[in-house]
Amino acid sequence: MSEGAATYRVARGTRASRYGALVAIAGLAVLISLPFWGGRADMRTIVEIAYYLALAQLWNLLAGYAGLVSVGQQAFLGLGGYALFVFAMNAGVHPIAAIPLAGIAAALFAVPTAFIVFRLRGAYFAIGTWVVAEVYMLSFAQVSALGGGSGMSLPAAVVKGIAAGRMWRETAIYWTGIAIAVGAIALVYLLLRSRHGLALTAIRDSEEASSSLGVDNFRTKIWVYIVAAFGTGMVGALVFLTKLRISPEAGFNVVDWTANVIFIVVIGGIGTIEGPIVGVIVFFVLRELLADFGSWYLIVLGGIAVLMMLRAPQGVWGLIAERFDIRFFPVQRRLVFDPASFRFVADDREEDKRDR
Amino acid sequence: MEWLDAIIQGVLLGGLYALFATGLSLIFGVMRLVNIAHGDLIVLAAFLGLAMVNGTGVHPLISLVVIVPVMAAIGYALQRGILNLTLGRDILPPLLVTFGLSIIIQNVLLEVFSADTQRLKAGALETASIAIGEQIAIGWFPLIVFLSAVGVIAALQLVLFRTRLGTAFRATSDDHETAALMGIDNRHVFALAMALALAVVALAGTFMAIRTNFSPAIGPARLLYAFEAVIIGGLGSLWGTLAGGVILGVAQAIGAKFHPGGQILAGHVAFLIVLVLRPNGLFPRTRDR
Amino acid sequence: MSGTPETVLATHELTAFYGDFQALFGIDVHVGRGETVAIIGANGAGKSTFLRSVVGQLPSEREQVTHEGKPIGHLQAHEIVRRGIALVPEGRLLFPSLSVEENLRLGAYGKRAGPWKIERVHELFPVLRERRATPGTALSGGEQQMCAIGRALMSNPTLLLCDELSLGLAPVIIRQIYAVLPVIVSEGTTIVVVEQDINQALDVADRVYCFQEGRVSLQGRPDDLSREDVATAYFGV
Repeated sequence: MSEGAATYRVARGTRASRYGALVAIAGLAVLISLPFWGGRADMRTIVEIAYYLALAQLWNLLAGYAGLVSVGQQAFLGLGGYALFVFAMNAGVHPIAAIPLAGIAAALFAVPTAFIVFRLRGAYFAIGTWVVAEVYMLSFAQVSALGGGSGMSLPAAVVKGIAAGRMWRETAIYWTGIAIAVGAIALVYLLLRSRHGLALTAIRDSEEASSSLGVDNFRTKIWVYIVAAFGTGMVGALVFLTKLRISPEAGFNVVDWTANVIFIVVIGGIGTIEGPIVGVIVFFVLRELLADFGSWYLIVLGGIAVLMMLRAPQGVWGLIAERFDIRFFPVQRRLVFDPASFRFVADDREEDKRDR
Repeated sequence: MEWLDAIIQGVLLGGLYALFATGLSLIFGVMRLVNIAHGDLIVLAAFLGLAMVNGTGVHPLISLVVIVPVMAAIGYALQRGILNLTLGRDILPPLLVTFGLSIIIQNVLLEVFSADTQRLKAGALETASIAIGEQIAIGWFPLIVFLSAVGVIAALQLVLFRTRLGTAFRATSDDHETAALMGIDNRHVFALAMALALAVVALAGTFMAIRTNFSPAIGPARLLYAFEAVIIGGLGSLWGTLAGGVILGVAQAIGAKFHPGGQILAGHVAFLIVLVLRPNGLFPRTRDR
Repeated sequence: MSGTPETVLATHELTAFYGDFQALFGIDVHVGRGETVAIIGANGAGKSTFLRSVVGQLPSEREQVTHEGKPIGHLQAHEIVRRGIALVPEGRLLFPSLSVEENLRLGAYGKRAGPWKIERVHELFPVLRERRATPGTALSGGEQQMCAIGRALMSNPTLLLCDELSLGLAPVIIRQIYAVLPVIVSEGTTIVVVEQDINQALDVADRVYCFQEGRVSLQGRPDDLSREDVATAYFGV
């Protein structure tokens, strides 16, 4: 009897998420202060980690949540990179300010791209996105104003315009990198906690069921695709602001900007926010360990990803979460038995209380 | 005349693309699997041919006697050992596993054979041609490749529609659960389909290696050509795949006439135009995906 | 129990699950050679699940299902068919890419020896000869059911399982289809039919099992069962 009277509430926070938030804030403070006590090489590595983390979050949003397995995100990365060069060199925009503009440029290109690739589904969508990325690469190689096939460098005057002195330039880029990584995580987290998040989870779990429940899959997917392009474009701008040189080969490179990212997400755990974070750590540790072995590095990474997909598709994070039942980013709504409401109801029924 | 020549060369090139695409089309048809490592398997076949020709000194076309069954065996083992584990309702596992395999094959080839470009030497066959009029010459080898593509597709059609195995392929494609009720071992049938697909890949890889320079890195581009031929032709139709390959080859040949760097771009653009105007391809059969 | 000495099919405490959902709770069924056994029960009682477990479409433990005395619970569907158990699935499930004749011939994929050849199936259902070249799914519902039965017979089963033969068919067609069951039995085949139509089931069966919520709620010979018993076992009231 009392069971029926007890109420449940919808909860999203977990204890791990509250402690996790404190640890994350402390860690972030350490990272932000790093330019004042760390080395330049560390800063460079952390920027690289930051942009891979952002790319992994965005790809996970596409593939892990919206069911859009893109193998062509390098299209938007390259577009973002080229957009940065155009804005900074030809329009005189401050390079840091050009980063969000590059994201918008990538998003604008994503609209007609989506018009084409959304005609394909599932695995065919994947290869279709790759074809489009190749088209972008081959097209940019034809534009002599952008350096054609050999690409171009960011002029020294533009680089100097970022900030006075090398230390501040590198710090500005470093902070931008941290901001983009945090921003990507926040974007995915907030998107999943929003009304759209439920729709996305529904799509991931069952496309047919969610469309029969009135979730407009197509619109939601298009929006996710454009948002991911925006983020990827910003990352592209950041990447080539650190490299100072862009070419079609480098900008639209499928191994650098898609294969690595896919491996990160698969190894870390697809369909969770924690997964890409764990994956990035594994990725950089492996890269350090296998630095002297040339292409064996990619063979090992690919092998691990294949094995994970076959034996533990939930990824390293999935294994950890199953073992210890922790979640740092509580995006799912969980039914929690509410003891307060139970007592309130049970007070009227003394005998029920005694039975327990 | 120059244009006519470009079109004829494009049609013949399309035969090679059709051979690239046939295996992809077949395995999609039977088990709805899209193999991202397909292009790298073509390149693997080319390198196996290279190793054998260099090692034994046989003519590349003779090496096919070994390379075709070897690739078929690799296909059977690959499907049985790995890819069968990925099949199910979720599209992610097959996609990501074959993507991983693609990167692995590329880099293993890179370690073993280096990044140098290679070519299979086929002697007089490379340059022999039939002159038609003053400006047009049809190379014997491209013609052989094209006729092989027609022959392979005709043979596969016979297998699909005239044999017990072909009936099993089509039944499994329709509904693999019910096919099992007929006594069909899906894992075995899928592995046979992959073996057949990679036998064709062996032929395609060897022909490619005679026709053009190759290196470990060119697999993904072959995958894209194969994919485009399949989609242009329409899913599930092997003759459509041949037509798709020809359209792609002609588009590339015409693109190259306009602009030296325009060959590959023109092929991709032709594909995108077909995709926008006829999303199901020109000769669709299956309506899936 | 069954009165017939030789048991063709037996299940022992058979359970079945769809994910976390348990659909069968310890089913014991015995089918003797030459018998026609009907399984009745309301929607969701577990009848189809039972057949799917027997043919290996749902996993079960090795000893939970035995065929002619040998455990088959651990085998996969294609292995079980090759041992002589055929299923006529609910909804017929003909292969749309295959012609009627190809559908039938595919039934013989396992190459078991026996009385059923395509000519014999054509004798049983002459319409399948007339329409041999049409795609299986272009047939009418009744013809599709005949093709599905013929396809199952082509594997020369010792045990034929039929799931909802009458579903969606006109009464005259249902009578036509049920009329061939005795012919099939006369060839030495044992039959289990799952049926929602109680009268049809009681007419044709030597013995009846009634399922209710994943358990056997009643069993016996049709003559020994009262209408009240059946109604109680069927509806659980």
